[in-house]
Amino acid sequence: MKDIKELVLETIPSAVVEEKQKLTVTVESRDLHPLVATLKADPAFRFDLLMQLIGVDWGEKLGVVYLLSSSADISKEIVLITATDDRKNPLLYSVTDLYETAHLNEREVFAMFGIRFINNPDMRRFILNSDWTGFPLRKDYNADPVLNPVNLVSKEMTDIAPSIYETPQGEIKEKLTDIFEKDDYVINIGPQHPSTHGVMHFRTALDGENVKKIDVHSGYIHRGIEKLSEELTYSQILHFTDRLDYLAANINRHALCMCVEKAAEIEVPERAQYIRTIMDELTRIESHLVAWAAMCNDIGSTTAFIYGFREREVILDIFEKVCGGRLIMNHNVIGGVMFDIYPEFQKDVEAFIVQMRKALIEYHRFFSGNVIALGRMKGIGMMSKKDAISWAVTGPAGRGSGWSCDLRKYVPYALYDKVEFNEVIRTECDSFARYMNRLDEIEESCRIIEQLLPNIPEGAFATKTKPIIKLPEGQFFQRVEAARGEFGVFIESHGDKFPYRIKFRSPSMALVSIMPHICRGEKIADLIAIGGSMDYVIPCIDR
Amino acid sequence: MEKGSIEMEVKNIYIKGIPNEEFKDNEYLENYVTELRQNGVPVIVGKLDDLINWGRSNSLWPLAFATSCCGIEFMSAAAARHDLARFGMEVTRNSPRQADVILVAGTIVHKMAPLLKRVYDQMAEPKYVVAMGSCAISGGPFINSYHVVKGVDEIIPVDVYVPGCPPRPEGLFYGLMQLQRKVKMERFLFKVK
Repeated sequence: MKDIKELVLETIPSAVVEEKQKLTVTVESRDLHPLVATLKADPAFRFDLLMQLIGVDWGEKLGVVYLLSSSADISKEIVLITATDDRKNPLLYSVTDLYETAHLNEREVFAMFGIRFINNPDMRRFILNSDWTGFPLRKDYNADPVLNPVNLVSKEMTDIAPSIYETPQGEIKEKLTDIFEKDDYVINIGPQHPSTHGVMHFRTALDGENVKKIDVHSGYIHRGIEKLSEELTYSQILHFTDRLDYLAANINRHALCMCVEKAAEIEVPERAQYIRTIMDELTRIESHLVAWAAMCNDIGSTTAFIYGFREREVILDIFEKVCGGRLIMNHNVIGGVMFDIYPEFQKDVEAFIVQMRKALIEYHRFFSGNVIALGRMKGIGMMSKKDAISWAVTGPAGRGSGWSCDLRKYVPYALYDKVEFNEVIRTECDSFARYMNRLDEIEESCRIIEQLLPNIPEGAFATKTKPIIKLPEGQFFQRVEAARGEFGVFIESHGDKFPYRIKFRSPSMALVSIMPHICRGEKIADLIAIGGSMDYVIPCIDR
Repeated sequence: MEKGSIEMEVKNIYIKGIPNEEFKDNEYLENYVTELRQNGVPVIVGKLDDLINWGRSNSLWPLAFATSCCGIEFMSAAAARHDLARFGMEVTRNSPRQADVILVAGTIVHKMAPLLKRVYDQMAEPKYVVAMGSCAISGGPFINSYHVVKGVDEIIPVDVYVPGCPPRPEGLFYGLMQLQRKVKMERFLFKVK
């Protein structure tokens, strides 16, 4: 079998290949697209999954870091870097023809860094308003509030997408495209809508009762976490991760802690690993319970909402006893956990698992088999495996399309290599498969907790670290399996106590970006049900 | 009012040109009530405002303007354990036109500010605003951000602030009970300034 380095150098002889934390390839902007196309098509490697697309401002250069992976084995990774030194009019080549997930990611990079992507059909700013002055994540961004005052008058939506493309002769041209057709009937779902699970904004073109096209708008909860983090030390950033995907708060924080620990080579005591893994799984159960309750509520079953929250409160009680937090726990710290578990922790969790198993049977009895519920879920919102990979939809949704993508299996972290559990995979590809996957994953999480619970070793629950942690120079990645799919952390450090650039890969962004595709032709009422089955959390997308 | 007591309880009514004591002089009403009671008709005398406010304060219909984490704690508050229905507030209205109180639960950012203002303007009077969580109060942990509004009181007037990140359901209840107190103190009829 050919070596990956050989393949890269064969395709692009001028490429710079380095062995860093991951294999890193730096190429000229013109060479990026051919290289990605080769890596994707090569039968031995098949890098057909764009996991992260990260804009970075390196001072003289503006560039993008790509983390590619393979759908057959998501532990395979390669990092590609490309950059341009034109800060006035930075242009790079788009990879949207190879990966659908690049659409929204490239638009985000445009909003934050001003890099436009040649051949991306839609180069509107994602997240920020189209008239925003400046590019916030650039290092020379002027944050004077006079430039961007709080505006209290809503603006008309123009629905015109500018784009930039290259003709076969090599000329660069710009053009404007209308998002909707002239006589389309367009309604707004969101941003303030009880069933969009947050402040999502779908501009939906309707054909009678059927969805014709959806245009996704986001940014109604964009808090600029990545920019804020650049002026904070690593332990000060931690609390932001809890507020990204607040339903999987503990898992997100675990990811950032691990990223820093690996980079700074901090050893985590075994007791802390046990506590972290158990708390992660409890968080996953809690998150799936909210997902289940909210989805059923969307379809019209308020009873299910009340039932789901009943079990969830028991978990929240355990969280509260451990660390004092309910929803946002602030439990993980760099080097371990902030508080040790309390003496009756095992007893409480065991009692909860018994209750949870009984409740699962109850859930299935009164909702999973309900004829009306099945009518709203079976065969609706079809997402093929190919689409899931192209849009990088991981988590229970991706596994509902028959794609084995559980990072806990492929890249085990914490104690996931020591426990036995099944990866729940269904091949029906519809809303019902995603719904059932979540309930089955609750059972698997219970199994993981049961295996760990009796064996929690004695010892320290955290390593003592310096109050200010400096990371060595380099780029560091960490991927974890959060409740909604793969959550990723990218840190670029220049040896300081602050990160130079930090980026969080949001699983929800992939879930939302595929919504226009899987909802096309479905009934508008089912749009809400499909949204419930995808279970996205918007603050995670907007960051 | 206790049985037998027929004194009119009038507190602190302020109308320009009429001294407060004048309101306590209700002899004809007191005689009338005494006569009715003597003849076996049970009568309670009170202000109409008190009755209206009693009803109003116990059926405040909220509009949950939930943008982030605090919205989930609001959901917890509405679910069975904490049970918002005890306060008559379980009827969350998704249309601002039917809501009495808007619960701003979560961060409000530049892009959202005009929409919050619009939703607030669509609500019918009398309307109240509860700022739930530190983001809604001041911008919270994101106060230094370029895209965050530093408190919803820059956009709309706030009646009750509920601190916390996010506040527990009990904390939210305390805030909502403060709002109920506020409603009970109001004059609904014949407002005179």
